[in-house]
Amino acid sequence: MSAAEHTPAEAASGPIIRIEHLGKWYGRFQALKDVNLAIARKERIVICGPSGSGKSTLIRCINKLEDYQEGTIVVDGVTLDENVKNIEHIRREVGMVFQQFNLFPHLTILQNLTLAPVWVRKMPRKEAEALAMRYLERVQIAEQAGKFPGQLSGGQQQRVAIARSLCMNPKIMLFDEPTSALDPEMIKEVLEVMAGLAREGMTMLVVTHEMGFAREIADRIVFMDKGEIVEQAPPKEFFANPKSERTKLFLSQILGR
Amino acid sequence: MLPLTTGYFAGYQPMQVLFGLFAAAALTGAILIKDRNLKGMLWEALAVSLILMLGTYLAHNTIVNLANRKIATGFDFLDREARFEISESLIPYSAASTYGRAMLVGFLNTLKVSILGIILATILGVGIGILSLTRNWLVRQLAGGYVHFLRNIPVLLHIFLWYTAITNLLPPLRQALSPVPGIYLSQRGFFYPVPEPATGWTAALYGLIAGVVLAVAATRVARLRQDRTGEILPTGLVAILLVIGVPLIAWLVGGAPTAFSVPALKGFNFEGGTSISPEFFAVFGALSVYTSAYIAENTRAGILAVSRGQIEAGRTLGLSEGVILRQIILPQALRVILPPTTNQYLNLTKNSSLSVAVGYPDLVSISNTTLNQTGQAVECISIIMLVYLATSLATSALMNWYNRSIKVVER
Amino acid sequence: MAIEMTGPATMAAPAGAPRDVIGWLRENLFSSPLNSVLTLISFGLIVLVVPPLVRWGILNAVWTGGLERCKAVQGTGACWIFIAEKYRLILFGLYPFKEQWRPLLMTVVLIALLAASMNRAFWRPWLGLAWLLGYLAMGILMWGGIFGLAFEDTDKWGGLPLTLILSVNAIAFSFPLAIALALGRRSDLPVIRMICTGFIELVRGVPLISVLFMASLMIPLFLPAGVDINKLLRAQAGIILFTGAYVAEVIRGGLQALPKGQIEAADSLGLGYWQKTGFVVLPQALSLVIPPMVNSFIATFKDTSLVIIIGLFDLFGSARLAANDPAWRPFYVEGLLFVALIYFVSCFSLARYSRYVERLARQGDQR
Ligand SMILES: Nc1ncnc2c1ncn2[C@@H]1O[C@H](COP(=O)(O)OP(=O)(O)OP(=O)(O)O)[C@@H](O)[C@H]1O
Ligand SMILES: [Mg+2]
Repeated sequence: MSAAEHTPAEAASGPIIRIEHLGKWYGRFQALKDVNLAIARKERIVICGPSGSGKSTLIRCINKLEDYQEGTIVVDGVTLDENVKNIEHIRREVGMVFQQFNLFPHLTILQNLTLAPVWVRKMPRKEAEALAMRYLERVQIAEQAGKFPGQLSGGQQQRVAIARSLCMNPKIMLFDEPTSALDPEMIKEVLEVMAGLAREGMTMLVVTHEMGFAREIADRIVFMDKGEIVEQAPPKEFFANPKSERTKLFLSQILGR
Repeated sequence: MLPLTTGYFAGYQPMQVLFGLFAAAALTGAILIKDRNLKGMLWEALAVSLILMLGTYLAHNTIVNLANRKIATGFDFLDREARFEISESLIPYSAASTYGRAMLVGFLNTLKVSILGIILATILGVGIGILSLTRNWLVRQLAGGYVHFLRNIPVLLHIFLWYTAITNLLPPLRQALSPVPGIYLSQRGFFYPVPEPATGWTAALYGLIAGVVLAVAATRVARLRQDRTGEILPTGLVAILLVIGVPLIAWLVGGAPTAFSVPALKGFNFEGGTSISPEFFAVFGALSVYTSAYIAENTRAGILAVSRGQIEAGRTLGLSEGVILRQIILPQALRVILPPTTNQYLNLTKNSSLSVAVGYPDLVSISNTTLNQTGQAVECISIIMLVYLATSLATSALMNWYNRSIKVVER
Repeated sequence: MAIEMTGPATMAAPAGAPRDVIGWLRENLFSSPLNSVLTLISFGLIVLVVPPLVRWGILNAVWTGGLERCKAVQGTGACWIFIAEKYRLILFGLYPFKEQWRPLLMTVVLIALLAASMNRAFWRPWLGLAWLLGYLAMGILMWGGIFGLAFEDTDKWGGLPLTLILSVNAIAFSFPLAIALALGRRSDLPVIRMICTGFIELVRGVPLISVLFMASLMIPLFLPAGVDINKLLRAQAGIILFTGAYVAEVIRGGLQALPKGQIEAADSLGLGYWQKTGFVVLPQALSLVIPPMVNSFIATFKDTSLVIIIGLFDLFGSARLAANDPAWRPFYVEGLLFVALIYFVSCFSLARYSRYVERLARQGDQR
């Protein structure tokens, strides 16, 4: 709580996420090299790049699922450092959706959604359940509330995962290849939910290979390779005339041109 | 019919011949007949008649042999006077008591060492299992070494090592070691003070029970309140305070007695206080330490079975590490840990039968003595087997029921 | 308590930090206050336990000489002279001293066969033949009575060879029984299923010692007058039945792990029950259960030590025999430790082997 009040001035106006000179090592291997990125409020960013380029690592640094060794990350005016209070504060403000859903298999869908509001937001159970039902309706699976994750299809599970994050009322949502583990017919239902979120003005960072989605939704596309940001541009420009050779190569592969 | 009455076949009776013929017929049928259902039934008939044939054969031999050796049959001996002493007993017993009572003493001793052993094995095992997952290199090595060292030595050897260590390495009674005043360690056992009976202590005992009940109730109430208002109360702290505080208050109210009966060397033995026999201690120590190595492995595997993604999902939701542990990791790990650990509990109970090797009077030791005195091997061994079987089946039934009840919640 | 499940932490070295001793220490031992406390406690434990052990077992111990030297250090140092003096008795039991090369040779043959069987490349028909011949040779060596070898009855057998014989036979002979029980427990025929389940649960519900008592005390009652089976054979039979029930459950695990599709495929080919079982189900299920089978073998190897209670002198029993000598009685612990070391080395290396097979199997799956 207290951490949020430190720098109200910046929190109101400047970028909601500021990443400066970020460097990250796995042992001797450098996974991120001098990454700089500023994200404005309500901005929708799509991150793409070849496998192993550091996309996951980058967005996992933002809520400190990964430690980093160089640079700074400031989220909504709070500096992400070793202070547990700051980390917990940022995690509450930032929702994340994983490729593998990561629903809690021993809890019902409803319990999955109420867990964090009850234990973090200290919400009465009734209230938390009402909130959860609202979000379940929004992702159109309210009728599954009593079931367990294992009984749902992949697309349904991913929508539950999104709803679970939304229950914490985050200011920013991170998506790490949310549709990569899904069958084609389920991808659409998840992308629709995400598009809905974007229309409502959620700040979003999405790692995805769905270029159609990127073209339609993104304000900016960030292309990464070998741990670096190679180029960033609005979708039109990015697809029409990519500047670097690496981007061209990547686009030709992924779009099959 | 001639060969059936002479020589080796003397044991065969018409019953067995009949079952033999059945078996032969069933076998022929099972081979020849093509209909699947009928074939199956004939196989079953074959199995049953073979078992009956063997069973009647063995039963007949046994009856003849027992008659030849003039050994009585039946369980009447249980009512007869046992005429042997038992070194430690939870219920009143003397040499004038019956064999039946002696067996009961043995069974209770088995339960005592098993239950205490299970408690210690669980504490050690879970602790070491968790320690083997820390980031600390030294601790990991030590935990790993503990598990490997203990598991690869037979449990009987453990028991003997403990027993020998106590009886060979500790001084004799008269020169007993006293690490802390009032506590004596010797070859003949460990002696330690106990409170003199007083109302204060009785009150404290009841206070402890009341404290536990209150703690459970308080936790429930706190939960309900949290559901209603969302407020998170420090239930763990309150529970600990209740469990410690209530008996303490009861003790104070009961007059705060401080008199202890302290063991003191008088002649050839200690008087006052109470003691743990080397036999009990060897069995208890060896079984719990040996079993804890297996429980540590189960714990480790169970916690590792919870995928990293689960913890990460909890973190991204902003849950604290404590909540992640209690609400996400433990419930999932427990369902992996519990079934193999139940098995280990049963193993520990069964391994307590090795008490006979050092003379701790458990069920098997006492049955063995009874067997030697009465010669009624069949009955005594049957009693051992039935008691263990009943204990095992009851435990597995209970655990299966529990496992299923937590499974339902999952799927 | 922080939940740290990253396993070895070597991955997360700080940026560009050289992997020197100090860095390693900080990373692995002192990364947090809790960690530092744990390190200090562990260190304290080591300091408390290791020096006295080293002092007793090495520094103050006596290695050569006679009983007097042991008496001199009794209580302060170990008497390894006891082992030097009695190792033949501990290793070979009461087998006549001059003939002890025979059990030794038998042990070598048995271990060689076991070692060969652990190598997948040797899993050929000739291995079975080698086992048959090996068994014959081992029988001749142990019993003798031909080729000019004196006859030695089983009551003379003891020590490590006996332990090995009991445990290898237990696994080898319980195997067919276990397969039958496992198949029976999964059979469609209710009566067969009941019988097999009943047997398995009965045996698994009682302690081995009761089975051994039964073998040693009840089997003589079961047999017709005049027929007698010697004690070793009776104990062996008891261990085989006992092991069978446990191995059956291991095999059943393999059967259950088999994908349903395999059985359906066999059914759709029109194979009968025995063909399906023999050609499709068993070969796959058995290769799945090799690692747990090795673990069963380890368990059996340890369990055979219980035969001491019915008066056989296996490795452990003959160590007790050695300590029966009143003069050496105080040095029993040294004997027990020697035996413990033999068990530890054998079981630990077997366990390593089972882990290795498991890894091989997992790599096979990934391909
Ligand atoms: N725990 C780890 N230990 C060591 N190296 C790692 C670890 N996690 C990731 N890496 C390495 O860091 C680099 C970046 O990984 P990252 O997962 O961020 O890639 P990515 O762009 O998300 O790829 P993908 O599209 O396949 O998900 C890769 O080369 C990877 O091998
Ligand atoms: Mg990735």
